[in-house]
Parts: sequence; structure tokens; C-alpha cells
Amino acid sequence: MTAIQRISAGRRFKDRFVQSLVYLSFAIAVVPLVAVLWMVIKNGLARFDMEFLTHSMRNIGAKDAGGGAYHAILGTLEQVLLASLISIPIGLLTAIYLVEYGEGTRLSRAISFFVDVMTGIPSVVSGLFILAFWILALGLPFSGLAGALALSILMMPTVVRSAEEMLRLVPNDLREASYALGVPKWRTITRIVLPTSFTGIVTGVMLAIARVAGETAPLLLTVFFTDSINSDPFNGPQMGLPLYVFDQAARPTDTAIDRAWAGALTLILIVMLLNLVARLIGWWRSPARGR
Amino acid sequence: MSQQIQVSGLDAYYGKHKAIEDISMTIEPQSITAFIGPSGCGKSTFLRTLNRMHEVIPGARVEGKVMLDGEDLYAADVEPVSVRRMIGMVFQRPNPFPTMSIYENVAAGLRLNGRHPKSTVDGIVEESLKGANLWNEVKDRLNRPGAGLSGGQQQRLCIARAIAVKPEVLLMDEPCSALDPISTLAIEDLMAELKSRFTIIIVTHNMQQAARVSDRTAFFNLAGQGQPGRVIEMDDTSRIFTNPAQQATEDYITGRFG
Amino acid sequence: MATPVRTRDGGSALSRSASRRSRGEVPFRYASTGAGILLLAIMAAIAVFLVVEAIPALQANEGNFFTTLTWEPNSSQSFGIAALAFGTLISATLALIMAVPVAVGVALFISHYAPRRMAGILGYVIDLLAAVPSVVYGLWGVIFLVPFMQGPSEFLNEYLGFIPLFGGDVVAGRSMLTASIVLAVMILPIIAAISREVFLQVPRMHEEAALALGATRWEVIKTAVLPFGRPGVISASMLGLGRAMGETIAVALIFPATFGISLEILTPQGNSIAANIANGFGEATPVGRGALIASGLVLFVITLLVNMGARMIIARRKEYSGAAA
Repeated sequence: MTAIQRISAGRRFKDRFVQSLVYLSFAIAVVPLVAVLWMVIKNGLARFDMEFLTHSMRNIGAKDAGGGAYHAILGTLEQVLLASLISIPIGLLTAIYLVEYGEGTRLSRAISFFVDVMTGIPSVVSGLFILAFWILALGLPFSGLAGALALSILMMPTVVRSAEEMLRLVPNDLREASYALGVPKWRTITRIVLPTSFTGIVTGVMLAIARVAGETAPLLLTVFFTDSINSDPFNGPQMGLPLYVFDQAARPTDTAIDRAWAGALTLILIVMLLNLVARLIGWWRSPARGR
Repeated sequence: MSQQIQVSGLDAYYGKHKAIEDISMTIEPQSITAFIGPSGCGKSTFLRTLNRMHEVIPGARVEGKVMLDGEDLYAADVEPVSVRRMIGMVFQRPNPFPTMSIYENVAAGLRLNGRHPKSTVDGIVEESLKGANLWNEVKDRLNRPGAGLSGGQQQRLCIARAIAVKPEVLLMDEPCSALDPISTLAIEDLMAELKSRFTIIIVTHNMQQAARVSDRTAFFNLAGQGQPGRVIEMDDTSRIFTNPAQQATEDYITGRFG
Repeated sequence: MATPVRTRDGGSALSRSASRRSRGEVPFRYASTGAGILLLAIMAAIAVFLVVEAIPALQANEGNFFTTLTWEPNSSQSFGIAALAFGTLISATLALIMAVPVAVGVALFISHYAPRRMAGILGYVIDLLAAVPSVVYGLWGVIFLVPFMQGPSEFLNEYLGFIPLFGGDVVAGRSMLTASIVLAVMILPIIAAISREVFLQVPRMHEEAALALGATRWEVIKTAVLPFGRPGVISASMLGLGRAMGETIAVALIFPATFGISLEILTPQGNSIAANIANGFGEATPVGRGALIASGLVLFVITLLVNMGARMIIARRKEYSGAAA
């Protein structure tokens, strides 16, 4: 008489109940994503045209239709490029210090701790810092560079963390093999360790770029606003695409709201493209694909 | 070409922990010396002091003298990097550089240390792969990744990589422990051939292997629980395995412990 | 046999001084150490310059920075952080209450319910949610969610109005509740991502032990997964809280920017430190800028404490589970 007993109805009900709650919560999480993407695409396409991509807002009156985001797109690309040029070398070198040189030292523990703390800095605070330091204390003007500095404060900790993780994945065997060939440490790092972790680091950096490309608050306080094209990131107020969306969204006319949606669509396309490229690079050499 | 190694009064530490103590020995050129002994008795640590790889580990340091043909490797003005170019090393697990092709792996030691004309590098790569008995197996796919080879082939690739920089001495840290018996045999045959050009020192857990390949054998053991490792006995291999002078050696060889 | 390569270096076999090859070692080492020190210097500079630029405004303040309920640094030079800090804490807390259960559900779904093949893709979908720029959420919030919330808010006010939280005479879409919902959507991905990682680290042994006792999937989760993951979920939630308090643009577009302390989350009132900085910066006088910097300093300190708390919980957990990085 050893028939397999069935689970009691109560336990089965509880199991099913929790299962449906879990499925439901995933659905709830996906709803806003779908809703946001759908609205951005639907409303954004209305003004996503050549005029939008090639014109600025210069001489566009408060109630006029037309105008575009060329100045903002240009500004964002320049600011993000500058921020990357500043934060990638610093972030990468810091990660190299943490993994290759500073292991176990007090300095490396302090740096590691403050990198974590820096990850949590609100973006508006990084903007305020550049405002306080660069613009108020040093008396330098609002500019794309100031914005790039604020963005790099947000970008650096992300670059450090992802690069550090990738460098730690490089097996110690490879470093030892290189030392045993009489290769100095710094060449071992630049010629063996970095190439081995290259794709992982690139993925992390791309994700960091994608993250800061969408930041608005730091730009608000550091590049200020302009409706005109200013291609010089070192001089005078610039525009940024997120800032453009914020600016247009706060205006009361329908034409401005349309421009805001088109700007949001452009911004999402840029950010998603960066994300996609990052994932593809990561997938390209992932272990799942076989080495 | 190969040179004599003389070690005297060598101690090695990991931080405050003394791993090996007071090791002195002479290793003759163009011979194979085997280090045997139970796990954790400092064989590998000692091997790594011979090409200054020990100090790569944070907190590790060495006291004592290692003379290579009359020059002290630990003299204040000697660069560890130049020591390692003269004393090559093969590791327990095959570790070809994953981003490099077979060709680049063998050429790595040359290229990472300076510029050489391509014809020179080509010649050395071929010569080293031939020296490692790997040339015939890979000559048609030199540009394929080194990580695509079998374990035994990878280990011979690592040997080719080590001899490509033309060292005097070749240190091998349990080079066959991750390999199957056929690959192991291939490496042992290779060692017998390389002996004419290099001084070879091998750490092994496999006593048959020590008996088969080596001319001289050193038996390492801990001086006691928690004590540093020491050399208990060093002699001709035939003598160690037939008529050791120390009881501890005999116990180890006959399998009574370790 | 070819001539040994090393004889190019000169007579002696061993190099006696720094050779050509090793010359890069010292600069490279200094550069990487310097970069690390630079990061520390930047952190210190952030604290120092925020304080330095805030002091003049704080000295000019006619009100009390901690208790005054208005923000008029430009006109009457009287401003206080109380209302803003209150709004920041309430909106972030509400967002957390809404986001955590859903995020834990999402994490469980990906780690324990979804088919293995799909798990990776679903994780990516959640990451995409995190990649949407905050200004886009803000735009969506102000154009779609604000009008949309009018109905549900009136419903809650009418039938649950006896609860103080849902009370009030005037109900609007631009409310603390709407802002909190947007914040919840924005912090959900980070909480879900960290929780998922922790749930995946549950030792297989624990789960199999529960399974061997004949436990259902829910019982396995209740006895093995949740207890193991609790510290991870808590610290993930704290990181989410920090995010929510620092979020600026989305809530700047939604909050009606009032100054006051009220728990009625359906009424048209609410503000936060970050939103106030974004909205007030354009027309700020020098004293106004200083006041905003002072408020940013407060935000910096609060988020710093929350984040450090989260990190400490993670660190302690790592210690006892023995799972080194």
C-alpha cells in the first residue's frame, strides 16, 4: 500500500497562488516599459523628420511649429564624447590600480569604498558640484565642457566597477605565464591582461556611456540652455538632447510637446543603440557561445 | 649553453609564514633534477624562487643566495625580469594566451620584450615548435587560437613558448598533472631531448615520473607540523629510489606516507 | 642553433640596471595609482565645494534652514529645507513600498519560474527598463500618467478617504502619488536586478534539501531562497531608495512644486530637494544658487548615508556566506 500520495489541496493552492503572483508582478513590471516605448514611438514619429534632425530652435517663436533638435543632438554627442575621454582613462587606470597594484593595501580599500559611494551620488549633485567648483569658484562660463565634467563624475565609478570586475576575471595563470617569459608587469597588463578582458571592458564602458547620455539634471546646471547651434563645447551655453526634451516638455503648447516626444524618441534610439552594441560585443565573446 | 645553479641557505616567506628553510643544493647543467615530496612541503615555492617568480605574490620574499654560473640572481641591482628571461617556466595547467594564435603565443616572449624582424621571429617560432615536438601537428594552422589545441598540445605549446626566449634553465611545475597518460609520455620524451640544451628542474607528484626522467632527485618534507619545508635528501635518482640514506625518504618512496 | 637573443643587451647575461623594456614600469604604476588618488580627491572636492558655496547663502538666510517651511531665497532671503526633505523622503518611501514587492516577484520569476532559456532575455528586458532616460519617464508621467491618475485618485479619495493618506478636499493628477509611481517604475529594475543575482546565489544544496523533503516550489522559496536572499533584497532596496531620493527630472516635471508638509498624497502638492533644484535654478539669484547648493548638500549627505548603509549590509553578508567577489 505505498501509492504515491498527492499533495494536499491547501499546499497546492498556495503554490499556485504564489506562482500567479510572481507572473503578475513580471507583467506589472513590463507594462510601463511597453507603455513608455509605445507612446514615445507613436507620439515621437509625428515630428521625427529631416527638419527636426537638421534644424535648431533659433528664431522659433513660443507658439510656432517647426524647429528641431540639431543643436541638442550635436551638444549631447560632444558632451558625451568629452565625458568619455575624461572618465575612461581615469576609470580604467583606477581599476588597474585596484586589481594589479593595490591589492590589499589601505589606499585601495579606501578607493574601493569611495567608488561605491560615488556610484550613489545623485546626478543633480554632480551638476551642483561642477556649478560650485567650475562656474562659481573658478568663474568659468557655462559650457559643454562643464557638462561633460559633471557627466564624467557619474561615469567614472561605473567604468571603474565594470573594468575591475573584468580584470579580476583574467586568470592569474596568464599573468604568471607572462612574467615567466621575462615580460615586465606593465607590459603584461597592457599586452596580456587588457586584451584578454577587452570585450568585457568595452561592454561596461558602452553601458556607462548609454547611462550618462540620458542624464538631464547635471546638464541643466552646467551647460545651461540655448536655442542656437553652438558647436564649440569649450565656450558658451550648449544644449543637450535630454535637456531639450525637458525644456520642450515644460512649455505649454502642443507643438512644443510634439518636439519633446520627437526628442525623446531620438534620445531613446541613441541610448538603445549604445545598449544594443554593448550587449552584442558582450555576447560576441561570451562563454555561452563557446570559446 | 646551460649553466650550473648553486643555492645556499635559502629561506622563503609568505608574509610572516616561513614556507621553506635553509635550502642549499647544486644543480648540474644539462641534467634533469626532480623535486618530490608530499603536498605543501615547499617544492613549488622553492622552484619559484629560482626564477624570482615567488616575489610576484604580494607579501612574499626570499632570503639567501641563488647563483647562476657565479652570478647572484638576488643581487640588489639585478632585475627580476632579466632573471626570468634566462630561466623559463612551464606551469601545472597549460596556460596559452587566449587572445593569441599559436604563432603569436610562441612569439610572445620575443615580441613583448622588443622589436625583432619578422624573419627572425618566423625562424625562432619554427625552431621552438620543432623543439617542443609540436611543429608537425600545428604547422598548417599557426594562425588558429592556441586555446583550440588539446591539453597535451597546449602544454607543449607552453614549452615552445618558454624555450623561444632561449633560456638557460627550464623550470617545470608539475607539467603533466593535468594531462592524460599519452600526453604525459610525449612530454617526458620531450624532456629527454631538451636536456641536451637546457638545465631542467621538474616538480612532480608522480614518483614513477621522477624515476623515469630525472638524473638527480631531491626529496622535500616539512620539518614538522607547522614547520617550514626542507630538503631531506638529494642524490642520484637511481640511489634515491633504491637505497636512500634517510628513513623518511624510504617511507615516502615506498608509500608509507604522503 | 640561432644566437641567443639576450646577447644584444650587452656582455653580462643579467641586466644590471633598468633596461629599455622595463622603463615604462614606474610611470605606468604612478599613473594608475594617481588615477585612484584623483578619484578620492574628487570625492573630497565635492564635499568641500558644496560646503564652501553654500555658506554665504546660509549666512544670508533670514529664516531657519532646518525649520522654515518656505523657499524664497531670491526675494525675502528666507528658506528652509524641511518641506523639501519631507517631500523627498515621502515620495521615495512610497516608491519603495510599491517597487519592492513587484521587484522581488520579478526577480523570483527570472530566477526560479521562467524557463532557463528565457531567463537571460527577460533579464535583458528589465535592464532595458533601467536604460530609459529619466526625462523620458518624466515626459510620459506628465503627459500620460498625470491625466490618467485623475480617475483612480478620485476613486481612492471617495471610498478610502477616511484614511488620512488618501484624504483631502481637492484631488489632482499632479500629486505625490503620481510622482511616487514614476519613481517606483524607475527604481524597480535596479532592485530586481540585484535581488535576482542574490536569488541565483542560493546554494543548490539548500534548495535540494527542501525539495528532497517533498516541498512545493513555493515552500522551497519560502524556506531556502527568501531567508538566504533577505539581506541582499534589503540592501538592494536601500540602493533603490537612494536612487529615488536623488531622482530629479522626472519628478521635477510632475511635482506641483508647493511648499508644505502634508501626508495627503492625492492632493495637488509635493516637492523634493532635487526637483526644487531643477525648477528653481533658472531664475536663481546668487543667494538663490547658494541656497540650492545647500539643499544639494543635504541631499548628498542623506543619499550617502543610505548608500553606505546598503553597502555595509552587502559586505556583512559576503563575510558570513564566504562568497568572495
